[in-house]
Amino acid sequence: MTAKRRGAQLVMLAFAIVVVMGAYASVGLGIDGQIPSGTFTYGLGLAALMFAAYGVLAKWAPWADPLLLPLVTLVNGLGLVIIYRIEQTGQGGASATNQLMWTALGVVMFSATLIVLKDHRALQRLTYTMGFIGLGLLVMPLLPFVGREINGARIWIGVGPFTIQPAEFSKLALVIFFAGYLVAKRDVLALAGRRLLFIDLPRARDLGPVLVTWGLSLGVLILQKDLGSSLLVFGTFIVMLYVATQRTSWVLIGILLFIGGAVLAGQIFDHVQARFEVWLHPELPEFYDRELGGSYQLMQGLFAFGSGGILGTGLGKGFPDQIPLSFSDFIMAVVGEELGLTGLMALLMVYALIVQRGLRTALAARDPFSKLLAGGLSFILAWQVFIIVGGVTRLIPLTGLVTPFMSAGGSALLANWILIALLVRMSDAARRPPPQAIQNEGLTQVFTR
Amino acid sequence: MSELALLLIRLAFLAVLWFFVIAAVGVIRTDLFGPRTAPSANPRKLPTKPAKNIPAKPKRGEPRQMVVTGGPLQGTIINLTEQPITIGRATDSTLVLSDDYASSRHAQLFPQDGQWIVEDLGSTNGTYLDRSKVTRPTPVPLGTPIRIGKTVIELRK
Repeated sequence: MTAKRRGAQLVMLAFAIVVVMGAYASVGLGIDGQIPSGTFTYGLGLAALMFAAYGVLAKWAPWADPLLLPLVTLVNGLGLVIIYRIEQTGQGGASATNQLMWTALGVVMFSATLIVLKDHRALQRLTYTMGFIGLGLLVMPLLPFVGREINGARIWIGVGPFTIQPAEFSKLALVIFFAGYLVAKRDVLALAGRRLLFIDLPRARDLGPVLVTWGLSLGVLILQKDLGSSLLVFGTFIVMLYVATQRTSWVLIGILLFIGGAVLAGQIFDHVQARFEVWLHPELPEFYDRELGGSYQLMQGLFAFGSGGILGTGLGKGFPDQIPLSFSDFIMAVVGEELGLTGLMALLMVYALIVQRGLRTALAARDPFSKLLAGGLSFILAWQVFIIVGGVTRLIPLTGLVTPFMSAGGSALLANWILIALLVRMSDAARRPPPQAIQNEGLTQVFTR
Repeated sequence: MSELALLLIRLAFLAVLWFFVIAAVGVIRTDLFGPRTAPSANPRKLPTKPAKNIPAKPKRGEPRQMVVTGGPLQGTIINLTEQPITIGRATDSTLVLSDDYASSRHAQLFPQDGQWIVEDLGSTNGTYLDRSKVTRPTPVPLGTPIRIGKTVIELRK
């Protein structure tokens, strides 16, 4: 199919904005029985923003996937509504106005990326530059003067009055690096090696990149106490390695290294061990009452899911102020309480559809670099949602990560809008119809010497 | 606001949310299989459209784009600048081929006196301009296919 699907895209975009405005009005009705006065101004503001993004997309990436922008609009808009709802309870730190400002900046970054980056293959030439930028951003918070430690994790840098989480941007740079690196090295990674039992083992020297990434993610974990980012980076690298080489042995090696690293970290570091204890027995009073790294937040989140049930308490009718940091890590618990399992599933479906569009782009892309980059970017989005939703619902130990597009936080929002811009750029290239040959040569040819 | 009204609003909102998801899936469906109605309109349109773009004979003037018209990279478009374009399997090439029949530094295209020249860089399997093998740097007319392994490229305005 080579249709541009502009109509479908506009209709879905308008639909997404209507859903968000409905949610906003519904919060007001739930809290005090009145539609909030800002419904139309905020709604129209969001609409103006998103239609501006659409305008840029239609001009600079006309063949792009029609669903990416509407789906992201819905998630980002619902995030705004939930943060507004938490703000109404008076919980400190939640500010819908700030988040709307960051959304506007995110759309600006989205547009800038689409306008500046005419051809994503230019990134392939920046492979190692991106690798260094990614590493630099990852270790930046450790530097004196610029690094800041907030809530026990040293993952921030201070720029004047603002704080930025450079790890959010570093994951984009690292995915670009991984894609470029693996395109260059995939033949040797895929073919060389010997067979042991039924597994193809790679050569020892080809193990280098895996070990470096492993050491890197462990280093981040140790020095910055940031479990989430290290899991994110390591998992993404292993999956991209698997996609590039189609060798199961890489996945097995990755999982073994991960288990080794996790056990090691759990033995040595108190804060990692605390996460495990809390995950396994959150109901024990000694963990529940513990001041640092206790299970209070996790249990409050679980109670929220429980009181939400299948259909939820309704927007504006829950108690998000009972959960510490409900506007950032635990925003999904608020969704689970007020929209119930039904709403939570719908939201997860929207995430799944965003990822599906990304993987579809990877399938349709023509060169291996685009395939790996599109696959890696969609996977990192999916992996991030899995890690945080899995943590909040106690499927896996809780690690601090933002829920993409929903949690309050500027850096993550900007980085994720750039991620979507890259996917849009690649889907534009992948869906553009191939040019017709001017001279049709036919199927057979005669070459004369 | 009564409890009943709130309950209805709640259910309506969840229904609308799911309707959004289903609508999105519907868009994906038409994307995969094409629209359910009036498929006959498309084939008639298709032949007329390229005919407009195809000149009867290659036009004179400076080419602006290099397009890949055949092979695994079909559809790739590279805008021409003053820089030479390298083609081959090496990852620092402008057009990176993943083709067993291509050499790592296979051929290059460079501008000279307003026209583009193709030069074979000592490749194993050769570079063909239209039907003839490129043995020395040769000017490339607009719209003439250059064949490298399975890949066919041509210059466009």
